[in-house]
Amino acid sequence: MARKFTPKIVTANDLIEGDVVYLTADDRWSRLHEEAELIEDEAHAQLRLLFAQAQPDRVVGPYLADALPGPNGPEPVHFREAFRTRGPSNYPHGKQEARHV
Amino acid sequence: MYKYNDFDEAFVRSRVAQFRAQVQRRLDGSLTEEEFRPLRLMNGLYLQLHAYMLRVAIPYGTLRPDQMRQLAHIADRWDKGYGHFTTRQNIQFNWPRLVDVPDILDALADVQLHAIQTSGNTIRNVTADHFAGAAADEIEDPRPTAELIRQWSTDHPEFQFLPRKFKIAVSGARHDRAVTRAHDIGLRIVRNDAGETGYEVIVGGGLGRTPMGGKVIRPFLSKADLLPYLEAIVSTYNLMGRRDNKYKARIKITVFENGLDAFRDAVEQRFVETRRAFTGADQDLLRRIESHFAPPAFRNAPEDPYHEARERDPVFRAWTDTNLTAHRAPGYAIVTVSLKAHGSTPGDATSAQMRLLADLAERYGHGELRVSHEQNIVLPHVHKSDLPALHAALKTEGLHTANVGLASDIIACPGMDYCALATARSIPVAQGIATRVREIGLEEELGPLKIKISGCINACGHHHVGHIGILGLDRAGVENYQITLGGDHTETFAIGERVGPGFAYDEIVPAIERLLRTYLELREDPSETFIEAYRRVGPAPFKAALYPDEANRHAA
Repeated sequence: MARKFTPKIVTANDLIEGDVVYLTADDRWSRLHEEAELIEDEAHAQLRLLFAQAQPDRVVGPYLADALPGPNGPEPVHFREAFRTRGPSNYPHGKQEARHV
Repeated sequence: MYKYNDFDEAFVRSRVAQFRAQVQRRLDGSLTEEEFRPLRLMNGLYLQLHAYMLRVAIPYGTLRPDQMRQLAHIADRWDKGYGHFTTRQNIQFNWPRLVDVPDILDALADVQLHAIQTSGNTIRNVTADHFAGAAADEIEDPRPTAELIRQWSTDHPEFQFLPRKFKIAVSGARHDRAVTRAHDIGLRIVRNDAGETGYEVIVGGGLGRTPMGGKVIRPFLSKADLLPYLEAIVSTYNLMGRRDNKYKARIKITVFENGLDAFRDAVEQRFVETRRAFTGADQDLLRRIESHFAPPAFRNAPEDPYHEARERDPVFRAWTDTNLTAHRAPGYAIVTVSLKAHGSTPGDATSAQMRLLADLAERYGHGELRVSHEQNIVLPHVHKSDLPALHAALKTEGLHTANVGLASDIIACPGMDYCALATARSIPVAQGIATRVREIGLEEELGPLKIKISGCINACGHHHVGHIGILGLDRAGVENYQITLGGDHTETFAIGERVGPGFAYDEIVPAIERLLRTYLELREDPSETFIEAYRRVGPAPFKAALYPDEANRHAA
């Protein structure tokens, strides 16, 4: 039997700002992880990644990252992805600055 | 200090103009990211976890006050009001926008700075002893050599696509403060029996996933042969080095796999050719460069204010005990300004701190600043009578921490708070250790200690050569920290040894505290430093302190 597919999101960095962005179900690039499209199907994940890779004028280095459903939307699985949703831990810069969290 | 000539100025300006056009072509879609990436890396621009990062070269760690002020201006105008000084004597800005980078590079060019060859598989910024031109134990100032190498290696057509990056460090003193044995090429200025100065040439050192101490390929190279010999080494490596595997592409692997003798033979053969190509223009250039590094006009003045302040003010006295180094000129001291206030980010300076340091260098320091690989700022030439006023001024921006060379003077790479390559965070671990050391009030008692932290195997934080080294890894999706002991970055170079299984993020600071307390218990007397005690007793007592459960099991 095939291994169970871990749900994914498509993430990248914004071309101009470098900030972390997430692909939404309605084809936008959001700055918020919870707005990302949670992709439960492996074939669909590949299609969404191709869609992202076709936008080199907007984003850099898109890839699929593991995510899990949460009360407000997808949540990161790995600590690296969790850090990317916030910013560095030594200053309140990055996303945590913009959102005042 | 070196001042650009018309050629340097035109070269740097033309590179900025090229990069401006390249950014424009990236934005309008003419260049893909794959095409643009090597171009931006050639100009020091990385894309990291949260943003772009611009790495600016500070050649051999030497800065003028106007350059430091411009770095502060860049931090305020285009970044978030601070910069991060690195173990390669560079400064990194963590938040530039792609569209602003050409303007930043122009602003750097205005003060004769650039970001060229701070990335990519080229010869990187040449580093040197941060006490160059000032240290009492110096044979000769290494900076003219470093500047000569910088000019030779910048845009060198043969060395723009090496198998991997290439780092050169130069030391001119008996005590090795430039970590020469952990570089692709390390140069130590030495004197031979005839009294002539030349270079001990060390090759094939490096840290990273395969740490190795460099080996002496030439015990004494005459000064006139420097560039042809370096060119022979790098071109031999360029052909012999592996390109099939990025992890086996550094010169340390080339030397290791072929053996030093075979590598040296190939270099010597090539040297016959390269030597013919250098007809003396390089030596003329070196003499012109040397004239830029004339020592400042040291003044003669009584030291009384210094001694009086030491008597009067215990805070000042503590600071002078830790942050001063012997200067060659009578009445002078080398001042290391700590960028390691307990709990702060190692190597970070705010724009206000940078401006103050620039002002103080002008007022008290003959207009010179240095960046050390230990991520501190050095004022190399301060008359002792000015130290009380300097110390008082440093207090106004929190730059008076008296901890240079102590437990909280920690080297830490940016780690997973910034770096895309990192496998774990390092900054909060450094902050946690420094804060804890202050809480328990044992810093002075602990004495000289080098703690170095890297957030991945690439070892930018030099963990292998820390007396205590910490390596952050990703173990099954959790941050995990391995400890090495016994490393040494100096002339008694040693790679630290791993003591055992790693520690979780919330366990690493208590684990380090156990090591420190173990040292205090087992040292013979307060004059025996941590590293001396470790060399005497070996790892066993430290392992027992780190893994008490294991020790109990064996005892049972």
